[in-house]
Amino acid sequence: MNWRRWSGYAAASSYELHHDREYWAIRNSAGLLDVSPLFKYRIEGPDAERLMDRIVTRDVTKCRLHQVQYTPWCDDDGKVMDDGTLTRLSSDTFRLTSALPNLRWLEDNARGMDVSVADVSDDIAALALQGPKSRAILHAAAGGAADDLRFFHMTEGQIGGAPVQISRTGYTGDLGYEIWTTPEHALTLWDTLTEVGAAHRMTPAGMLALDIARVEAGLILIDVDYVPAHQAVIEDRKSSPFELGLGWAVKLDKPSFVGREALLAEKARGAEWEFVGLEVSWDSMETLYGTVGLPPQLPSEGWRTSRPVYAGSRQVGYATSGCWSPILKKYIALAHLQTPHSRLGNDLSIEITVEHQRKKAAAKVVSAQFFNPERKRSTPGGAT
Amino acid sequence: MSAGRYDAIVVGGGHNGLVAAAYLARAGKRVIVFERRHVLGGAAVTEEIHPGFKYTVCSYVVSLLRPEIIRELELPRHGLEILPLESTFTPLPDDDYLVRWADHDQTRRELYRHSARDAEAYDEFGRLMYQLAVAVKPILAMIPPDPTSMSPKDLMGFLRLGKHFRGLGHEQFHALHKLMTMSSADYLDEWFETESLKATMSASGIIGTFLGPRSPGTAYVLLHHYMGEIDGAMRAWGFAKGGTGAVSESIASAAREHGAEIRTEAPVAQVVVKGGRAIGVALENGDEYEAPVVVSGLDPKLTFLKLVEERHLPSDLVRDIRRFRIRGSSGKVNLSLSELPDFTSLPGVGPLHQGAISVSPSFDYLERAYDEAKYGDFSSRPYMDCIIPSMIDPDMAPPGKHVMSIFVQYAPSDLEGGWDDRKREAFGDAVIDTLAEYAPNLPGAILHRQVLTPWDIERTMGLTGGNIFHGELSLQQLFCMRPAAGWADFTTPIRGYFQAGSGTHPGGGVTGASGRLAAMKILGGRL
Amino acid sequence: MSAHFDTIVIGGGHNGLVTAAYLAKGGQRVLVLEGRDVVGGAAATEEIFPGYRVDTGAHRIGGFSKRIVSDLGLAGRFELLPADPPTFAPVEEGPPLTLWADPVRTAEEIRTHSTADADAWPAFVKLVSDAAGFLESAWHATPPDITGTDVRDLWSSASLGHRLRRLGKRQMVEVMRILPMSMYELLEEWFESDVLRGTLAASAVQGLCQGPMGGGTVYLFLHHHVGAPSGVIRPTVRVRGGVGRLSEALATRCRELGAEVRTGAVVDRVVVEDGSARGVVLADGSEIRATRIASSLDPQTTLFGLLDPAYLDPAVARKVENIRYRGVTAKVHFALSGLPDFACRTGSGPHLEGAISIGPSLEYVERAYDAVKYGAVSAEPCLELSIPSLVDPDVAPEGRHLASVVMQYAPYALREGAWDEAARKALGDLVARTITRYAPNFESLIVDRMVLTPADLESRFGLTEGNVYHGEMTLDQLLFMRPIPGASRYRAPIEGLWLCGSGAHPGGGVTGVPGANAAREMLRGR
Repeated sequence: MNWRRWSGYAAASSYELHHDREYWAIRNSAGLLDVSPLFKYRIEGPDAERLMDRIVTRDVTKCRLHQVQYTPWCDDDGKVMDDGTLTRLSSDTFRLTSALPNLRWLEDNARGMDVSVADVSDDIAALALQGPKSRAILHAAAGGAADDLRFFHMTEGQIGGAPVQISRTGYTGDLGYEIWTTPEHALTLWDTLTEVGAAHRMTPAGMLALDIARVEAGLILIDVDYVPAHQAVIEDRKSSPFELGLGWAVKLDKPSFVGREALLAEKARGAEWEFVGLEVSWDSMETLYGTVGLPPQLPSEGWRTSRPVYAGSRQVGYATSGCWSPILKKYIALAHLQTPHSRLGNDLSIEITVEHQRKKAAAKVVSAQFFNPERKRSTPGGAT
Repeated sequence: MSAGRYDAIVVGGGHNGLVAAAYLARAGKRVIVFERRHVLGGAAVTEEIHPGFKYTVCSYVVSLLRPEIIRELELPRHGLEILPLESTFTPLPDDDYLVRWADHDQTRRELYRHSARDAEAYDEFGRLMYQLAVAVKPILAMIPPDPTSMSPKDLMGFLRLGKHFRGLGHEQFHALHKLMTMSSADYLDEWFETESLKATMSASGIIGTFLGPRSPGTAYVLLHHYMGEIDGAMRAWGFAKGGTGAVSESIASAAREHGAEIRTEAPVAQVVVKGGRAIGVALENGDEYEAPVVVSGLDPKLTFLKLVEERHLPSDLVRDIRRFRIRGSSGKVNLSLSELPDFTSLPGVGPLHQGAISVSPSFDYLERAYDEAKYGDFSSRPYMDCIIPSMIDPDMAPPGKHVMSIFVQYAPSDLEGGWDDRKREAFGDAVIDTLAEYAPNLPGAILHRQVLTPWDIERTMGLTGGNIFHGELSLQQLFCMRPAAGWADFTTPIRGYFQAGSGTHPGGGVTGASGRLAAMKILGGRL
Repeated sequence: MSAHFDTIVIGGGHNGLVTAAYLAKGGQRVLVLEGRDVVGGAAATEEIFPGYRVDTGAHRIGGFSKRIVSDLGLAGRFELLPADPPTFAPVEEGPPLTLWADPVRTAEEIRTHSTADADAWPAFVKLVSDAAGFLESAWHATPPDITGTDVRDLWSSASLGHRLRRLGKRQMVEVMRILPMSMYELLEEWFESDVLRGTLAASAVQGLCQGPMGGGTVYLFLHHHVGAPSGVIRPTVRVRGGVGRLSEALATRCRELGAEVRTGAVVDRVVVEDGSARGVVLADGSEIRATRIASSLDPQTTLFGLLDPAYLDPAVARKVENIRYRGVTAKVHFALSGLPDFACRTGSGPHLEGAISIGPSLEYVERAYDAVKYGAVSAEPCLELSIPSLVDPDVAPEGRHLASVVMQYAPYALREGAWDEAARKALGDLVARTITRYAPNFESLIVDRMVLTPADLESRFGLTEGNVYHGEMTLDQLLFMRPIPGASRYRAPIEGLWLCGSGAHPGGGVTGVPGANAAREMLRGR
């Protein structure tokens, strides 16, 4: 078992010496992850919807009761500050999760509004149950409360006597749920799921396994794939949602929200960067390693260091995350590319180090969503 | 009768004088340094006042020693070892406390305990300060242009400066303007709500000034802390192993290696001037030494009004130097301890003892301390910045025993009725009594104490007014105005006579920057 | 929906009226909306005591721009009464100090206190006059956008630089050197006499939450001398019949130029459509539309009070919130049965005609400030007393006198208690008692009195936190930082909305300059 830092908490990188079994559990049975270090805010009051609609880029007026929206939010210049999920708990109550603290931003935007913002990060524990068997495990643990739960919706229930909220959300791109409870019930929740999950080959999973799963799903990670706007030391480090592949989440037809003017202008002139997937060519790897008498050497963990991407001899972007995808049997990466070069199918190359020497391996531009199984969205009843 | 001829003579073996000497020697000059005292370092000395216990008598942290000096003079090879000062602990009157730890997450948790907003704002504030420190850094490393000159070189200097600032962009430019003109209290009020956090941060803005945290002009020193951070890898902020004297010793060692001679207990009486040119110095013992270059590492009052005769200087400059503000506002208490202070708010021996301990619970506390000093008294409940060197470097005290260094503000140099031995001890008592409110075991643990008022600092170290920065760090005494307009480029109206002390740009703290820039000026721009 | 205007000016204070007059003169259809029943804002004359015409807010006009008088053809429509001596400083012991308009005469007066000070006086007066002259040229310029590349900006900052260089190089450096200094530091260099130092120091902190030992106070001292005749220190200029006459003259001129001036018309909010200000809604619910809106109210009142906060970017809103106001002055008006008789200079005489400044030493002023840091009223306050009835008998009934007192320091928010009737009464008593220490008959003369605390100044004149300048006049809130960095060129951060009050450059005082500068930018921005 090894540990890492996560927002002031110690989080497991893996529960065993290697994360391999944890990864396969996520894709094949289920993995249980402690995601309590997420920041959580409760926004309540007559102007709660107005406040959230002002802050995030999605259209919050369309978020129905118990629906969840994934959304980024931007500063005045339309640069992404953070991303997270927004859940409507009642007509005038929302919960926002985020990777970084956002209380000040929420409060400062609430000026003149009839709304209260509470930091409930320490009041809510959260577990992510992710993988194809998660529904079956939840069925056994929560008595069917979540059986029909649709993608990006939430419901309430009980697990092991603990009152919980269950949302069908996650960070693996697979069928999965996140379960929210109070800290005093957190251990019961973990124990109950572990007990029930054993029959389904569920294991606890750490950050290393999660990291591979999220790259396969093309999900961005703050501080790795982008620098939050309010913490970027230099302007060039900031990204707009368009540049992060989140253009679909920007609802420019909303009358007003933070960053709208800047985003309208960017939309009009076209984003300079695009966030895409790269598939590194196996043949190219084989050739490069072949010259030194080795078979292709693959990373055993996901990497998070920036690597240059080229079109011919010219650098046209950089990859920020990458891994060997065990399920796709492909070497994949997430990359920022200058728009003329980001077209799907484009042939580029990425820098790799072969026996201490820099080389360029051929890579093809693909959708960042490398892995996207039907089960992620589907519901037994058929509704999505 | 000349006792010796040199290429350059440096008056004063303080750290800036030594830096200048080292660079000049490195450039192949024959250099000699004359120091009045028996130890080198000026205000940056370590002395064993109480047997077995080493006091960092005056200056106690390596705040901003320029990384280029460490690099160019190879100071680590000459024994410089800067140890981390990990945290800042602020004990509070209601048995609470505030700590900023070396670890970011730990600090965030601790700030969060006081205010969730502040924990967030702290990171954003840090980012802005970092950006501004990057923006300001080149200014610290330049010889200020002359605002009274119309020479192309000086005009170019201002143009370059203007271009630099325009290049910053709105947000940073405005933030810098605010930082230069606001009070640290107002500046921090815009960011934070936790009183103890703001007060402790603001304290760095009042050190060495005769101002309270609510007075405009105290905000920009907030940057200093972050200046250290952009040189992060060099770890320019910390405690020098062996005390601050070790910094001076390492520079002296570098200077000697390059061939400089260094004489202690050799007080200079006067700079010898002939035909508007400095030709050497006369020691108090009557010996005369000749050199075409004489460098003063002393403060501006001594440099211009004592070492040379006024008749060699234009009356404008004499007036400017006379009114140069150099009022001392701080004192120092050094203790030998049989045991560590035990703080009621965070009892036991812990990592806090390896960091700074700041007695700065609120703005009101600091302002009340200032109020007393304004009207000529020392603060009965002063601001204090303490470190326990023996917890960082075990060689500073016998095993199991400790030394404690306490920087104290405010103690006005011009105390109503003047300082005397009785008032000095009363001042020392106020310091101990105040600390005892937070660590009741302290008075019983004291084996020896040394109290230094500005009066003592002036008499011992020779700093006019006991001012630790060779002149207050107020806006009108910075950059091209330090020490006087027209003479901020390290030269003087006397040809061959140069200034290198903290009373020149950028001034203040154990930075060595003034000494280095002076050497650069003397050597014609190249080191 | 009613008639469409080119510009609606919110607030009929002197700056709002100046803006309206310039715009009307420039051919615009202009409507001025004033919430109170009198025009003038804080520059209004009201009959708070029967038969008295009292300047309830501002009672001196500092540097009302001659350029505006000539541009708008106001000459002859109101009469200025410059006092000579401008300032008299009584003391409890020893000789008092009178500052005359003639510096030579003042120097002789100072000689009774200190020969060295008397000798230094002419050079000091020159320095103040040179520095104020430099500031004056900055007053009339739109603040440069320092980081921008606008050619006009470069030109205007270059011409300021030129003006500065014209002072000669020593004096130029001297002006730049003293700007950020504390009044204490400056006076340490010049003078030794307590009463002289105190009197000058009191001027440097008027309306400011700082003591004379605070950095940047020299700036405010100089600000008070912009537009004053050379040689006059602490100028005192009144308007015959009350400062309201100036505002009425401006309103009349506006109407003559075709503008409509409505009083009793409280603006509830500014209408914003598609991110642009398009009109206003009055308290009675009626809506009036215009191509652009100019607000002479202070920036916080305008941007937070009249706008839906959702229209402001959060980063901008933070800046607006960070504007420091912190009013520290109270006003006390006394109806008197006769003239105060000062123990140090008995009887009536010219010394009563200007401002009577109680601040007998710099340390006295600084101690007065200390209290307000901790949220309390000064035990021994700094006072400036004005008896306009002596030179302008019409403002008080026959044989009676009017005394208006600016008292400092009184915090906007008391740390102990609140500004209730008892606290207000205690403040009035403190002022009367303090004056009586210098003029023993004062308390016996009082017929009536009105106390305006900083909280009252806010509620009566709409001055946020009772700050008479619409925002502290400190170095970080001037020029391109006023009212907020990034919006210093009279354009509010909302398209179509302009700021033309004292909250904008060059700031407070009855000068009319912010209003005139704003109008110039608006006419240019068309």
